[in-house]
Amino acid sequence: MEHYNMNLTLKIWRQKNKDDKGGFQSYQVKDISSEMSFLEMLDVLNEQLIHSGQDPIAFDHDCREGICGMCSLYINGKPHGEWKGNTTCQLHMRAFKDGETVTIEPWRAKAFPVIKDLIVDRSPFDRIIQAGGYISVNTGNAVDGNSLPINKDKADASFAAAMCIGCGACVAACKNSSAMLFLSAKVAHLALLPQGEPERHSRVMNMVAQMDKEGFGACTNTGACEATCPKEISIANIARLNLEYLTASIVAEK
Amino acid sequence: MTWKQVFTSSVGKKLVMGFTGIFLILFLIVHVSLNACIWANDGGDMFNKGAHFMGANWVPRILEIGLFAGLIIHIIQGLALELSNRSKRGIGYAVNYGNKGSKWYSRSMGLLGTIILLFLILHLSNFWFPNRSHQGFLLGEEINLYQKMQEVFSELWVVIVYVLGCISLGYHLAHGFQSAFKTLGVHNKRWHALISIVGYSFSIIVALMFALMPLSFYFGWIS
Amino acid sequence: MIDAKIPAGPLDDKWTDYKGHCKLVNPANKRKLEVIVIGTGLAGASAAASLGELGYKVKAFCFQDSPRRAHSIAAQGGINAAKNYQNDGDSVFRLFYDTIKGGDYRARESNVHRLAEVSANIIDQCVAQGVPFAREYGGLLSNRSFGGTQVQRTFYAAGQTGQQLLIGAYQALERQVALGNVKMYNRHEMLDIVNIDGKTRGIIARDLVSGKLERHFGHAVLLCSGGYGNVFYLSTNAMGSNVTAAWKAHKKGAAFANPCFTQIHPTCIPVSGDHQSKLTLMSESLRNDGRIWVPKKQGETRKAVDIPEEERDYYLERRYPAFGNLVPRDVASRAAKERCDAGFGVGTSKQAVYLDFAEAIVRYGKIEVGKEGRENVSEEDIIVLGKEVVKEKYGNLFDMYEKITGENPYELPMRIYPAVHYTMGGLWVDYELQTSVKGLYALGEANFSDHGANRLGASALMQGLADGYFVIPYTLGNYLADEIYSKAIPTDHPAFVEAEKEVSDRINTLMNIKGSQSVESLHKRLGKIMWDKCGMARNAEGLKQAIEEIKALKKEFWSDVKIPGIINEYNPELDKANRVADFIELGELMCIDALNRNESCGGHFREEYQTPEGEALRDDANYMYVAAWEFKSEGNWELHKEPLKYEVIKPTQRNYK
Repeated sequence: MEHYNMNLTLKIWRQKNKDDKGGFQSYQVKDISSEMSFLEMLDVLNEQLIHSGQDPIAFDHDCREGICGMCSLYINGKPHGEWKGNTTCQLHMRAFKDGETVTIEPWRAKAFPVIKDLIVDRSPFDRIIQAGGYISVNTGNAVDGNSLPINKDKADASFAAAMCIGCGACVAACKNSSAMLFLSAKVAHLALLPQGEPERHSRVMNMVAQMDKEGFGACTNTGACEATCPKEISIANIARLNLEYLTASIVAEK
Repeated sequence: MTWKQVFTSSVGKKLVMGFTGIFLILFLIVHVSLNACIWANDGGDMFNKGAHFMGANWVPRILEIGLFAGLIIHIIQGLALELSNRSKRGIGYAVNYGNKGSKWYSRSMGLLGTIILLFLILHLSNFWFPNRSHQGFLLGEEINLYQKMQEVFSELWVVIVYVLGCISLGYHLAHGFQSAFKTLGVHNKRWHALISIVGYSFSIIVALMFALMPLSFYFGWIS
Repeated sequence: MIDAKIPAGPLDDKWTDYKGHCKLVNPANKRKLEVIVIGTGLAGASAAASLGELGYKVKAFCFQDSPRRAHSIAAQGGINAAKNYQNDGDSVFRLFYDTIKGGDYRARESNVHRLAEVSANIIDQCVAQGVPFAREYGGLLSNRSFGGTQVQRTFYAAGQTGQQLLIGAYQALERQVALGNVKMYNRHEMLDIVNIDGKTRGIIARDLVSGKLERHFGHAVLLCSGGYGNVFYLSTNAMGSNVTAAWKAHKKGAAFANPCFTQIHPTCIPVSGDHQSKLTLMSESLRNDGRIWVPKKQGETRKAVDIPEEERDYYLERRYPAFGNLVPRDVASRAAKERCDAGFGVGTSKQAVYLDFAEAIVRYGKIEVGKEGRENVSEEDIIVLGKEVVKEKYGNLFDMYEKITGENPYELPMRIYPAVHYTMGGLWVDYELQTSVKGLYALGEANFSDHGANRLGASALMQGLADGYFVIPYTLGNYLADEIYSKAIPTDHPAFVEAEKEVSDRINTLMNIKGSQSVESLHKRLGKIMWDKCGMARNAEGLKQAIEEIKALKKEFWSDVKIPGIINEYNPELDKANRVADFIELGELMCIDALNRNESCGGHFREEYQTPEGEALRDDANYMYVAAWEFKSEGNWELHKEPLKYEVIKPTQRNYK
């Protein structure tokens, strides 16, 4: 892989806190190596800002290996940047050309208010899980792991849905700011397993109700979420959720 | 789950859109098939017979009430959904995601639907309203709808509006057909592929056939 | 000061007897007892959930925006359990034995045996929670092998086992939050513990969004705050992983055990430049199929694919024929360093070795051809089929490698190099996981207890969940049973006021330094000292230098650090400064500990102490103890020794040949 250095103009959303109005500011960074990750490039900018006595840019990040779901950033019109099936922390600078202008915005959704600069509050996701994204089994109640064989295809499909990292890119990409891909990944993960069976109806009903309460929009199957999801969670999960919901509305006892 | 929950949750609203959408798709099949009779080129004989069955018989007339109910629910729910969804973003993006992740018509269902609605108002006032008022809104005598078509489609601007309406319908269906089935829970790959092909074909065929009707009259392809 | 409180009786019965005789708290009293859990990784989330289920009033804290972000999520390969589903001779004793041996005989027998005993329950619990482990076509659980063992006992979910287990624990935790048994504090960092009359009774936490300090009371405090690998600046830990909670506890009386025991993981993506902020692990599971090699010629300049088979040195297979590429991590790491230091390294930096899948691809390709019963298949077609299989097994890891390096690992061998990954050392705990301060517990990576001087792959997840799901619910009850008479202490108690003032003073001091160096640059310098002198290989002279250098760096930090912004706002630089200040102090203690331990064992390799073949040379006569350091004053520690008694296993020189 050939390495090169680049200079970039960064147009970044700055907002002091929740109540501040916020706006864009432009910054220049020089000699950025194509081997850097996008966040390392922001580290370089922050070092510059600190040295010149300015407030560094606040952005969420933690594991920097694409799995914790903490990093976000809407880069040049796409959540997590241009690469497919990727998180911002794994986006590397060889995706950019010398002299380019890069616009960086926070996730935009009323349900995800900005805390500072590029950081948003994603606690609604936790509350959606609290509404039913689990199997109610206390520690110590379990039977032997192999006592219930699970069809491999189903187990694999369940895993594919369970890969969701809860980053919120689906919400950011959706024109309706809907959290349906997130929600459906959890519903599908649990509905595909026999252990999830006892609560499948109440789970889908309660989780959808919580999503609505949090102020996310409704899904209109545009597919933007799937196209941007770093873990490439399939939109088919949303159809599965719809079926679960429809079934629940017909057969649920309550 | 209460009935209110069933229909007013975000998924419930989608279910309403999906069900009414499929119902309207079924209606389109009937409508387009019946209207295709104009191409029998028999001076409107066959077409008028079909139209007479639809207009002078209690059974289709009662179904018509259902059709309007479905249509109105679809429109109101659709507009309400569009407005509510639009209010969820807050501050918009400076750079838009655009077509990188979704089709423009998938994102424009509200707009396409509104164009279709406007077209529909013209369409109903051209045919349905004059005919039904002539019937006294009961089972009275109908007007000659074939002649009416000849008359209406002699004006260029009307033909243009109809063609635009049909194009909107085509794109509306291109998303709506598949989306309706997804909303009703069709999720495996096998079915998905089938619905995708059927959906696109249906959208193109139906839109094209409807559009050809005013054009056929205007350009005198049928006598 | 340190009494391990190991129950009497035969090893096999200790845990059963303990559970049969420990004190219990009745449900009505549990409601009145408050427990604070710091950290929400596997240990923290499982503990908070399990204690919530039991009926305790739990408060859980994490510095991230959600408990699901904890770094357990990044564990890739798997979790061990003595299920013997493969009928290959596994048992509780084997897992126990492998762990003790893998840890180079520096772990406590009783704790490790308990870990092996509960390992099977963990799998059952996780399956019941809906963790989608990999399965065979018959629907039963699948296993793979990991380093340092000769059986297949590792359960996995592709390369994302940690994620799936953490999501399971997180969901259990959120369920308790929904039920009102656990109150969750996101974006909060613990900055001190509060001791009253010799017992831990609460914490001081900082709301990272508002910057405000908060006081929280608890009848007991559980530290599940993970390891301190970030003392090296570059490690496979998350950017936020830190030692602060454990370090504050240490400074308030909890002994810190074996701080120098750090694990350097052999298969990480090599450093590419000065800008690097973290290192990325390539799962140990890759060593199941990948072969590690370097060129036989020093300073080789040809591309990997151009080097013929006979000019490659598969040094692990050569040196350790019995375990080959699956030797334990410390052994594999040292062997890689040895080759690179000797001038056989590859890549631009020459600080890397190859991990090659070419042979595995052909092998799998041939198996596929055999399955389909095809004949006369071309080499190319076999490779295509083989790549498919490898993709299915390791696809996500290969993708990650390609994203980071820009190289296609299906075509070129991966370049890998060891990197800091895990810390076996941590807060000293007794059999009940209680630190040397009453009411203060440490679970998971934050404690020292189970992995000795080197952890085996897929054992960290096992330990975190064992501690949280199956150990602490019993041992904590044994302590809290005597606490049912203590009422909640109001947080205006002088001890709380004083602790908060200490924290607040320190933050003010930091903010008022207004120096010229960023926190990050100082952290980098600490990391370099640690890596060079207290890293994969250590010697007395280097360690002595390091101690001096760290002392100087500490001075520099406290006189010249520059923190922008203000206290009462979201200020990540301030958070980082708080953490780095603690890392500097820890770094000094790590060097002191490494200097004290005049032997080589596991991840602690003192160059002065090695066998003629270059293997670690233990000194059981003088160092078969846990070094528990008590904080006396700044830069001053007292060593307490907990002798390790091996009643069942006879320590020998580890042999993977």
